[in-house]
Amino acid sequence: MSRISISLTVNGERTEVETEPREHLADLLRGRLMLTGTHVGCEHGVCGACTVEIDGVPARSCITYAGSCDGASVRTIEGFGDDTVMAALREAFMQEHALQCGYCTPGMLVAARDIVLRLPEADEARVREELAGNLCRCTGYRGIVRAVLGVLAARRPRSGHV
Amino acid sequence: MKPAVFSYARPKSWSDAVKLVASGARAGAGTQSLGPLLNLRLAQPDMIADLRHLPDYAGVVVSGGVLRIGAGTTHAAIEDGAVPGRTGEIMAGVARRIAYRPVRNRGTIGGSLAHADPAADWVAVLPALGGTAIALGLRGERRVPLAGFVTGIFETALASDELLRAVEVPTLPAGVRWGHWKFCRKVGEFSKVTACVLSVPGTAPRAVLAALDRPPLVIEDASALLDDTEAEAARIVSAFPELGEWRRAVAQTALRKAVAAVKQP
Repeated sequence: MSRISISLTVNGERTEVETEPREHLADLLRGRLMLTGTHVGCEHGVCGACTVEIDGVPARSCITYAGSCDGASVRTIEGFGDDTVMAALREAFMQEHALQCGYCTPGMLVAARDIVLRLPEADEARVREELAGNLCRCTGYRGIVRAVLGVLAARRPRSGHV
Repeated sequence: MKPAVFSYARPKSWSDAVKLVASGARAGAGTQSLGPLLNLRLAQPDMIADLRHLPDYAGVVVSGGVLRIGAGTTHAAIEDGAVPGRTGEIMAGVARRIAYRPVRNRGTIGGSLAHADPAADWVAVLPALGGTAIALGLRGERRVPLAGFVTGIFETALASDELLRAVEVPTLPAGVRWGHWKFCRKVGEFSKVTACVLSVPGTAPRAVLAALDRPPLVIEDASALLDDTEAEAARIVSAFPELGEWRRAVAQTALRKAVAAVKQP
């Protein structure tokens, strides 16, 4: 069985690891780096539970193989502790009952943060479209959509009355 | 849900990549289509040649009315405007509706086209835009018209020792009309039927009907479809009795909606 050595920066820390070519990034993160905040759901790119940031953009860690990430910078849900957008989203998720069992939440938050930063003008329809790649079986999405819309609204410069 | 064992190679040059593919390796790009097949063990290659580190793998070069799009250009880059002009506007609209943003961040136009899933997006849209696939093999580059690139379900005109290096599409003038409609019951899922119509002033309109469990149907002169849409759409879908009634009905709707978008004032 062939093994490959790769160098990864995970949540700001550089690490050298050996991986088997068939090992996907989510398994490496969870099983060997003990970053179990990244969840594995469908393992074929549909449910979004495994969504992490790779080189600054969200990606599916279940259909991205660790070997192809040599030299990349990966940020998992554990790596957003000092991020103000993520802090606002966490608070909004709590307020709006945007989670119940929590299985989808790490991936949902990484996707939501991308929406907030990339699409500051997104309305409800656009937020729903953009969240279509993250499945939640508890909440019915209403709370999640409200939470994301709330964070978007709070970041917009106020107009009208002083 | 774990792939069968395979070995991994990371060629540094295109000629090394071609040699690996010629010796039986499966080309891997963003692995957003191949990954699910590997995890489900529907694909069990002995080796994957990772193309992500090749020079000029991604990016768009404009020259003489042609846009050369590197095979490794991601759907997200195209969504965000990597392709300039009217062609880019059309392609950005298509890219935005491919799967989901985290998938678009890694999935590539060349990977999707070479994978040739009949329900995918670029296999339907690129033949409608017209243009050429640039295949690279042991004997050098070869040009294949995009209209005939996909030859079957997961089958293309690429030979077993060839890679898809780039696609070339025309820089379309501002006055071009474009209609594109696909049927998905959920945002981001694979299309059940896709129709595209491109109308360039002064030339015959071109139409594509795709995602029908077969290679895309390319209609080089779709004038009749624009003139008498109902009758012509019915005639076109009647050629596919194997699809069943509802799928033919949706195909007819797809053609009608794509034509309506082209005719919109």
